[in-house]
Amino acid sequence: MRLSQLKVGEKGTVKEFTDLEMSVKLMEMGCLPGEEIKVERIAPMGDPIAVNVAGYQLSLRKREASTIILQ
Amino acid sequence: MKADIRVALVGNPNTGKSTLFNVLTGLNQKIGNFPGVTVDKKVGYSSLPDGRTAEIVDLPGTYSLYPKSRDESIVFSVLADKANELSPDLVVVILDATNLKRNLLLYTQVADLKIPVVVALNMMDMAKKADIDINVDAFAQKLGVPVVPISARKTEGIDQLKQTITFANKVALQQDSIDVEAIAPQLIARIRQDIKVDNAYFALQLAHQHETLTFLSKEQSDHIEELEKEYDFHSQKAQGAETIARYNFINDLLYDTVTQKITAEDESLSNRIDKVLTHRVFGFIIFFAILLFMFQAIFAWSKYPMELISDGFVLAQTALHHYLPAGPLTNLLADGIVAGLSGVMVFIPQIAILFAFISILEDTGYMSRVTFMMDKIMRKVGLNGKSVVPLIGGFACAVPSIMSTRTIENWKDRMITIMVTPLVTCSARLPVYTLLISLVVPNKNVWWIFNMQGLALTAMYVFSLISAVVVAWVMKHLLRARERGYFIMELPVYRMPRWNNVLHTMYDRAKTFVIQAGKVIIAVSVILWVLASFGPGKRMDNIEQKYQQPQYVALQKSAPDSVSRLIASEKLENSYAGMLGHVIEPVIKPLGFDWKIGIALITSFAAREVFVGTMATMYSVNGDAEKMESVQAKMRNARNAQTGQPVFTLAVAMSLMMFYAFAMQCASTVAVVYRETKNWRWPAAQFAYMTGLAYLASLITYHLLK
Repeated sequence: MRLSQLKVGEKGTVKEFTDLEMSVKLMEMGCLPGEEIKVERIAPMGDPIAVNVAGYQLSLRKREASTIILQ
Repeated sequence: MKADIRVALVGNPNTGKSTLFNVLTGLNQKIGNFPGVTVDKKVGYSSLPDGRTAEIVDLPGTYSLYPKSRDESIVFSVLADKANELSPDLVVVILDATNLKRNLLLYTQVADLKIPVVVALNMMDMAKKADIDINVDAFAQKLGVPVVPISARKTEGIDQLKQTITFANKVALQQDSIDVEAIAPQLIARIRQDIKVDNAYFALQLAHQHETLTFLSKEQSDHIEELEKEYDFHSQKAQGAETIARYNFINDLLYDTVTQKITAEDESLSNRIDKVLTHRVFGFIIFFAILLFMFQAIFAWSKYPMELISDGFVLAQTALHHYLPAGPLTNLLADGIVAGLSGVMVFIPQIAILFAFISILEDTGYMSRVTFMMDKIMRKVGLNGKSVVPLIGGFACAVPSIMSTRTIENWKDRMITIMVTPLVTCSARLPVYTLLISLVVPNKNVWWIFNMQGLALTAMYVFSLISAVVVAWVMKHLLRARERGYFIMELPVYRMPRWNNVLHTMYDRAKTFVIQAGKVIIAVSVILWVLASFGPGKRMDNIEQKYQQPQYVALQKSAPDSVSRLIASEKLENSYAGMLGHVIEPVIKPLGFDWKIGIALITSFAAREVFVGTMATMYSVNGDAEKMESVQAKMRNARNAQTGQPVFTLAVAMSLMMFYAFAMQCASTVAVVYRETKNWRWPAAQFAYMTGLAYLASLITYHLLK
C-alpha cells in the first residue's frame, strides 16, 4: 500500500521509501519509518494532498506520496 | 552601530522567528544583502540588561542545515564559517513548542556545530491550550543548554531571554545528540585533518555541501571530492542515516520531557477553516473574491497617495525652476533627476499595499493553502503553486512581484515565473490603455450594463494573463531543469496576522525597491532627458531664435502658454529623441506608427506611463496628465500630413495597445530581474522576447484591423 492510495481520513504507518532523494527530504520533515500518517484532505483538483504527520500538516504531490510505502 | 555580541536567530519557518526579531530589535534594524547572494539580510540591535548591545541577525527560516533553496543555504555558511562577517557568538534557536519534534531536528544540527546555543521555546501559550506539558527544566538538562519559554506574539518571556543571552556561556556546553563520527568515520577524520576543521559535524557538512559553499577554495573542494570517492561516501544515504539517528534522539528526549494529553480526536479549528477555504467550490470562490478585493484595494487605496507623491514632485520641479538659475544644470536636476525620482517614488503606495496583503496572507497561513489549491493547474503550464502570488501581484507592479518569487525553491519554476510576470497588465499600463481605449472605443453600453470601454480594458487584462500562461508553457519546454521539482510543504495552522510584521514588511519592501530600482530608473531617466532635451548642431538655438521673431513675441504676450507649448513640441521633434523617432519610423511603420509615436516609444522606454506625457508634449498641449481630455481631442484630430487620414485609427490604437501589452518598457523591472537572477542574460533574454512578441503582436493586429 502506498500513501497515494489512501482516501481522505484513512491512516497508515510509514514503512519505507522507493526513492532515495525524496526519502531524505521527507524524513527531514518528520515523515519517518514508523510514523503514523493520516490523509487529511485532497486539493480540489485531486492533487496535491495534505497529510497529518509528526503532529503537523504537510502537503505533497500525489507522485511524491506514491514513493511512501505503508505497512 | 558597534555591538558587543552578535546573536543569530535560527529556526523553522512559521515558528515566530520574525516576530521575535521585531520584538528584540524594535525599529532598530536594517536590511541589506548577504555578501554575494541576493538574500535579504536582516540585522538589528537590542540593548541587554547589563548595558551592552547585541547585534541580532535574523537568518532565513529553514527545516534543516541541508538547504533546499538559496535562502536556506545562507544559514549554514553564516553559522559554520568562522571567517564569515556575520559569524555569531551565540545562536538562539527558536522552537515551536506545539511542534517540537520536527523543530528539534534543526536544533540538533546547529548544536552539533558546537557554537554556544540558547533555546527559545516559543508559542508556550498555544502549547498550553493544546494540553502539551513540557518539563522545561528536564528538557534543558537533557540538552545541556539554557531553555527559555517565551511567547513572542504576547511578548512574554522576552526579558528572561535577554537575561539569558547576557549571561550565556562563551563556550558550547550542549550535549551531543548523535554520534556524528559514526556516519563516515574515516572521511570525517581526513577532512578535519586536511582542511583544518576542528568540528566533526562541520566536516561532515563540508562533505555534503562543498560544491556550493563559497568559503571553500577550489582546491579544498576538489580535495573533498577526491576523499569522498576514496571512502565511497554517498551523500543522500549518509543524510538519511543522520536524519534517522537524530529523530531517534529526539523521540527519546521528548518521551522523557513532554507529555501530551490525548484528547479524543477533536477537529481542530484550523481543520474546520480548511474545510471551507480549500473546498472544491467555495475554496476557489473565496480565493477569487480575496484577489478581487486585493486588486481593487491596490488601485483604490493607492490612488490618493500616488497623486500626492506626483503632485509633490511637480511642486518640487516648479520650485527648482523658479529658484535656481535657468540653465542646463537646473533642467537636468528638475526634469531629469527629480522627474526620474518621481517615477520611482510614485510606485511606493502600490508596493506597500501589495506587500501588506502578501504578508497578511502569508502570516495567517492562507498563502500555503492557495499554493495547495493552485499547484496542479499551475504545474500544467510550467509554473508552481507558489507562482500564483507573483502573477497576481503583477497586476499592481512587476517589481515587488518579482521580488516575491524568492519563496519558490525550484530554480526552473522561479525563472519561468520571473520571465512571465512582467506580461501581466501592471498599473503603469493603465494610463496608456485608458488613453487609447477612450480614443477609439465608443463610450456606449452594450447589453444594458456593460460599458464598451470597460469591456475593452477588461479584455486587455484577461489577454495579459493568457499570454503569461502561454509563454510559461513554451518556456517549460525550453528551459532545462536544474533539479527535480518537488512540493513538500508545511501547511501551518491558521493564525491571526501580526500587524507589526505587516508594517515591517511594507517598509522593508518599499525601501528595497526605492534603493535598488531607483538607481537604474534615475540613470535611464537622465539619459532619456538628455536625448529629449538636446539636439545636434544648433537646432535648439535656432528654435529659440525663431520664437524671438516679432510675430511670436507678440503672440507670447497674448497667449504665453501656447507659444511655450509650440517651443516644447518643436524642440522635442528636433532633439536626439525626435531624430531617433524619425530613424525608427521605417521599422515601426508596418505597425501603423508614425515618428511621433516613435518618439513616445523611446521616451517611455524606462516607464510606460511616460507615453501619455510625451503624447501631450507632441500634440502641444499642456504637459499635464490631468488634462487627459485635451490630449485625446488633439490626438483624435491628428491627421497624417500626406494622406489627410486620422493618425489614431482603431487599427493604430489597438496595435499600440498590443505593443504596450508585450514590450518590456520598464527599467525598474529590468533592474530587479538582474538583481534577482544575478546574471545579465536573464533580463536581456526577457527584454528580447518581450520586444519581439510586442512587434509581432502589433504587426498582426494592425494588419488585421487596417
